[in-house]
Amino acid sequence: MSTTVIPDAPVRTSKTVESPAKRRQRLSSGTLIAIVGLLLAVAAFTSTGTSRIALSDAFDEIKLPTIEVPAVPVVALAAAVLLFVGGFFVAKRVPKPYSTWLGVLAGVALLVGFIVWVAADAPLPFTLTNQLNGTLQYATPIMLGAMCGVLSERAGVVNVAIEGQMLTAAFTASVVAGLTKNLWAALFAAVLAGVLSAVLLGIFALKYLMDHVVLGVVINLLATGFTGFMFHQLVKDSPDLNAVAVMQPVAIPGLSQLPFVGPILFVQRPLSYIAIVSVVVVWFVLYKTKWGLRVRSVGEHPHAADTVGINVVGTKFSSVLLGGVFAGLGGAFFTIGNSGAFQTTGVTAGNGFIALAAVIMGRWHPVLAALMALFFGFSRQLAQTVGPLQTPMPSEFLQALPYLITIIAVAGLIGRVRGPAADGVHYVKGH
Amino acid sequence: MSEAKRVEEAPPKDHKPETKPKASYSKWLNSAAVTFWSLVLAFIVGSIVMIILDPEVGEKWGYFFARPGDALGASWEKISLTYISLLQGSFGSWVAFTETTAQATPLILAGLGIALAFRAGLFNIGGQGQAIMGAIWGAFIGFTVKGLPLFVHLPLVILVGVAMGTIWGGIVGFLKAKTGAHEVIVTIMMNYLAVYLLQFLLQRPAFMAPGRNDPIGPVVEWSATMPRLAGSRLHLGFLLALLAVVLVWWILERTTLGLRIQAVGLNPHAAAVAGINVSRVTIVTMAISGALAGMAGVNAVTAPELITSFPTQLSVGIVGAIGFDAITVALLGRSRPVGVLLAGLLFGALKAGARTMQVRANTPSDLVDLIQALIVLFVAAPAFVMWVLPFLRQRKTSRTPKPKAVAA
Repeated sequence: MSTTVIPDAPVRTSKTVESPAKRRQRLSSGTLIAIVGLLLAVAAFTSTGTSRIALSDAFDEIKLPTIEVPAVPVVALAAAVLLFVGGFFVAKRVPKPYSTWLGVLAGVALLVGFIVWVAADAPLPFTLTNQLNGTLQYATPIMLGAMCGVLSERAGVVNVAIEGQMLTAAFTASVVAGLTKNLWAALFAAVLAGVLSAVLLGIFALKYLMDHVVLGVVINLLATGFTGFMFHQLVKDSPDLNAVAVMQPVAIPGLSQLPFVGPILFVQRPLSYIAIVSVVVVWFVLYKTKWGLRVRSVGEHPHAADTVGINVVGTKFSSVLLGGVFAGLGGAFFTIGNSGAFQTTGVTAGNGFIALAAVIMGRWHPVLAALMALFFGFSRQLAQTVGPLQTPMPSEFLQALPYLITIIAVAGLIGRVRGPAADGVHYVKGH
Repeated sequence: MSEAKRVEEAPPKDHKPETKPKASYSKWLNSAAVTFWSLVLAFIVGSIVMIILDPEVGEKWGYFFARPGDALGASWEKISLTYISLLQGSFGSWVAFTETTAQATPLILAGLGIALAFRAGLFNIGGQGQAIMGAIWGAFIGFTVKGLPLFVHLPLVILVGVAMGTIWGGIVGFLKAKTGAHEVIVTIMMNYLAVYLLQFLLQRPAFMAPGRNDPIGPVVEWSATMPRLAGSRLHLGFLLALLAVVLVWWILERTTLGLRIQAVGLNPHAAAVAGINVSRVTIVTMAISGALAGMAGVNAVTAPELITSFPTQLSVGIVGAIGFDAITVALLGRSRPVGVLLAGLLFGALKAGARTMQVRANTPSDLVDLIQALIVLFVAAPAFVMWVLPFLRQRKTSRTPKPKAVAA
């Protein structure tokens, strides 16, 4: 196969001309922001009373005051900010750093406006600590799964199999925890299972040149079938294997005593700390080491990488394997990390696919992908927090939000999403 | 997932030009052989898994060297009992056979949709979502509209369900054609949107069975149920699936649209140069693909059960994993209508026999999913099968002498 990379449109040096593609994208994102602003404006006039936002929940040692704000003016202000930013984007070109800041401003306004609207006149206050704490918990497996996705996709191996890898790891962790009663041994076994599934992915994608997406679908099915079979054959009727302990939250001494920040950041389950460290590690190896440079070059242009003497297939394989480590950790979250024994009702619940969405939304960059994972975790937790507040917003909508936003992003309505150039392309030396 | 990838997708799997019919025949024979041996390999691996994980048989392997007959005998008994009961559950009686056709119906329908998209070079992972949309709205018409005769109501149900599947698939095609959004990502996301829509609707009064608080829909009207042969599971849906096979074959082989679909699938750039509107072909293909998956969803809510003779009520898991099963069917069927029919019947038979296997041989029904995944793994990686079974490769090289460039 010969790689024919379509060159991008010639870069214009003149600052006065805007390319049609950029213009279309600027107009569409501006319009979209303005539409959201309009919706929020409508919401502002339907809300009444005051919103109460609690900064600490009933179990915290240090009580912080519950903030009370009048709903209508705050939501209206947020809507005005969104309309302003949207209108600004539509009307004018904004140079690079300012456009990012405007985007962030719009995001913050949307968040504040939405939370205040949701909490307006609710019987219970909106517990911010609870929300943020739950965000990190929901985001943990997504973040770890996304690290797996980033590593394999940056090396040019499309990974639709994160879900299956995590499922295998979740099952293994549960069984080993039941056998050994040692959670760290179980975690290690989960990592091993993640790596083994990555071996399957690597061998069939790189040696037997199977289509990556087909392979991903097949690995997901294999994982479902295999874990289901093992579970029904060996685990289901064994009380010993079903008694699985869960990793308990660990408070970091000192820091966890801080008001507000403490309970959110420093009293977490071990896997959440591991997830945050993983993001730093993946960023470091991809951007600060020789190996990482090789991985990225292999994903962008394998022929060029081969020409300078890089072992293309070997590099791809090692990156996929390292990805398996994180998929294993992410999978462990669903059994020993959070909820106990394995069930065949789909413990991973589509988190592998959300992780894939986070990879794409995060533009194949570990830190951005982790931020997207946090955002997805936020919206999932929001669906939980909003539940008892009796708001008009159905919780299913909040749960579906990450997927909707991913579609919008992939369609190029907000920002331009562009993956590694040789993602999913087979590489055979000498072709 | 970028422009470069789309270019790379284009070249056909085999670089050999099909000039002589003999070469083409040999290729077909070889692919048939690979498919056959993939099936054999999958069942062999399934047997190994079954023996290793069976506690009783495993025990006998523990003293294999003292009395090898025990272990071998027990293993043989386990394997034969499992596969024989699988066969009995799928073809052992008239009812078993009709169960196979009933299980195969949605697989064939959705499999045809995926296969058609494959032929245009599109990977539709969204069969799941499209089927859910078909099921939701088909069922909705089925239980809200009352008092219509069967020959009006049932077609209406089918029409609405298929239309919603068409829209759900068409959106993906539209986004792909107009913005270049990769269809794999968009379809995955659309699957979840459909799931959450279903969850949302099942908590609204209009979609809840009277007197029930759990998320389950009402029973659809009798006039919206597929007619069946009494006492069996052979219903109209299977005939419609057969009709769909003919229809898709006709589209692909006998119409201009089919020619365009195949041209775009082989090389979109060449197709564009030849004057084919690639965008339109993409949208139309995804829409038809969604329509077929939507029909599979309609089938899920209108096909009568054996004992109750009512269709399954709408619930969160109504379509099962049809979208992903359909991908395996399309891959095993090599994206050809007749291949999809045969693959659908095979996987339908596996599903139909799974329960009998579980009851009689005490083998968990998940074995069927495992074997299904293995079959596709092997079919989609012919290089692996040829590595395991080298004689397949030898035949290939001896018939068409060529430098070994393609062998990898």
